[in-house]
Amino acid sequence: MPLVDVVNTGSADRSAVIRCERVMRSYAMGDAMVHAVRGIDLEIRRGEFAAITGPSGCGKSTLLHLLGAVDVPSSGRVFINGRDTAQLRDAEATAFRLRHIGFVFQRFYLMPTLTAQENVELPLAEAGLRGTARRERAAELLAYVGLGDRRSHRPTQLSGGEQQRVAIARALANSPALILADEPTGELDAATGERLLELFAQLHRDGTTLVFVTHDAIVAKSAQRVIRLRDGEVAEDTGASS
Amino acid sequence: MRFTLAWATLRRHPARTVLAVLGIAVAAALLLDMVMLSTGMRESFRGLLLTRGYQLRVSPKGTLPFDSEASIDGATAIVAALRAHPEITAVSPALGATLTLPFATLPSVFTLGLESDVQGDYQLEAGQDFPAPMRTTAPLSAIPAVVNRIFLQRSGRRLGDTLTVSAGLDAQLRTAARSQVIVLRGEGRFFYVPGETPVLAMPLASLRQLLGPGYADRMSLAMAAVRRTDSASVEATRAWIQTTQPRVTAISTETAIRQVEERLSYFRQLAFVLGAISLGIGFLLVATLVTLSVNERRGEIAVLRAIGTPRGGVLRQVLLEGLMLSGAGIVIGLGLGLFTARWLNGILRDFPGLPAAFNFFVWSADAAWQSLALLLVSGALAGLIPAWRAASLPIARALREDAIG
Repeated sequence: MPLVDVVNTGSADRSAVIRCERVMRSYAMGDAMVHAVRGIDLEIRRGEFAAITGPSGCGKSTLLHLLGAVDVPSSGRVFINGRDTAQLRDAEATAFRLRHIGFVFQRFYLMPTLTAQENVELPLAEAGLRGTARRERAAELLAYVGLGDRRSHRPTQLSGGEQQRVAIARALANSPALILADEPTGELDAATGERLLELFAQLHRDGTTLVFVTHDAIVAKSAQRVIRLRDGEVAEDTGASS
Repeated sequence: MRFTLAWATLRRHPARTVLAVLGIAVAAALLLDMVMLSTGMRESFRGLLLTRGYQLRVSPKGTLPFDSEASIDGATAIVAALRAHPEITAVSPALGATLTLPFATLPSVFTLGLESDVQGDYQLEAGQDFPAPMRTTAPLSAIPAVVNRIFLQRSGRRLGDTLTVSAGLDAQLRTAARSQVIVLRGEGRFFYVPGETPVLAMPLASLRQLLGPGYADRMSLAMAAVRRTDSASVEATRAWIQTTQPRVTAISTETAIRQVEERLSYFRQLAFVLGAISLGIGFLLVATLVTLSVNERRGEIAVLRAIGTPRGGVLRQVLLEGLMLSGAGIVIGLGLGLFTARWLNGILRDFPGLPAAFNFFVWSADAAWQSLALLLVSGALAGLIPAWRAASLPIARALREDAIG
């Protein structure tokens, strides 16, 4: 499988895909106000493979949502490919996510009554790809994640690792510039999680920009760069000076 | 793809979906039946009155056709005057009377004196009609007659048999003033006579003769057909009859239908209320199921939004689910409604006193499609609120809440 055809390899360009400037995010939870992200400055460059880690409740997922334009900061600014996400209207943000960002979630979130093939076809259909071209592209992506022979299986007929691979194939569907994963190994056993991280490493080698969130420090070490959060702030960033 | 996903979502809980579809089907069937009932009696009555194309009924002053045993003298002159009017194409005079029969199982029979070439009271189903020129008063050995099936069953006679009918029965002396042998020549379906009532039709002139000199020129009713059938033309002819024939009451089919509608207004109100209730039930069923489904899938919907499904896409997706539920329910409901209408019509038609050709439930394609379309729109509207809520989900919050469980 010529990987270059499957994923967005970007280019030799190492400019910032994401730039955060003094980003803060607070939200109400019951009567309390949660200050999940407290003034983060961050830059993710094209082709980087970064892990955001830290203890539970430190703001990892909230930060990931901000980086993926599914949420907007309470203050500060997030730029993706140079665009300020707070300035995007909902329809623009949706179209932006469709074309430029691929999401992988801890709980896979595959549509349970659709086959693996149909799940991968969902974002392709939203992007306007029709008929044979869409089916071929989905098949190609499933083959890339090693599930070429499981296309007609439904999520309940697949193992956790296989479901997460389908989710990755779905995230790759529209050749996004950036893949964001929230605890992608969280529901997998150690061996399966390891194989998934190998797939991420493969994606990274193929040129995809990857950012994933994990509470597991060992899993985080598989990334090229580790950003450790504590109480909504960056406590450590191994790639900050690069 | 949206259809595939909607279909897949509905299949996720098959029992729940089937029950909801059945619920909508019952609501659709009830709505269809109520529409058929509310319009059916009127249309059936209209069809009944216009069976033979007579738009006007002329009866003795102050009475409705066959509302009483009243008859009017000077019938020949009235009928001749009507027949002479250029707008009137046919006039069918009728005289009603009760004759005595020699059967223990059928001691008397309602009898119609008619002119067979213009009669609009029955349709011959077996045997032969009595001949048209029977306007003569010359005595015959056996007068030909047409009867209905219940007459044959109750009397035990068959077509071709003869029997003696009598008029002017003296209850104390047990004697009849006049008797006549008749031959049963034909079996007919009588439109205006209740199905369970035996009826006999014979030439008008023969019945007059049998009833005696006092009836020599009487009639109970005359039906008239007019050339131009629009309401204004019919009304103009009716007004002319009313003016020129002061001893009669002329009523048009439209007026008769209006009068019937007034009498049936309670039925229609009931049908309207039950129809509205069934529409409400359909609405609530779809709204409940789609709301439930959306609430269960908040996380999934948030993910769909995150991976690039626009708000409009989610809205259409959820609406489609509601429409598919409604659509399936309506298709089943259509069959169910027609079946129950047929069944109920069979029961109601057995009520005594109803004309044989009268129906309670009458299929009207326009009314049926309109009501079912209304249910479909109602289903779509029912899905609108949950669809809008689904489309408006704040993605990050929904994902966060779903992760917490």
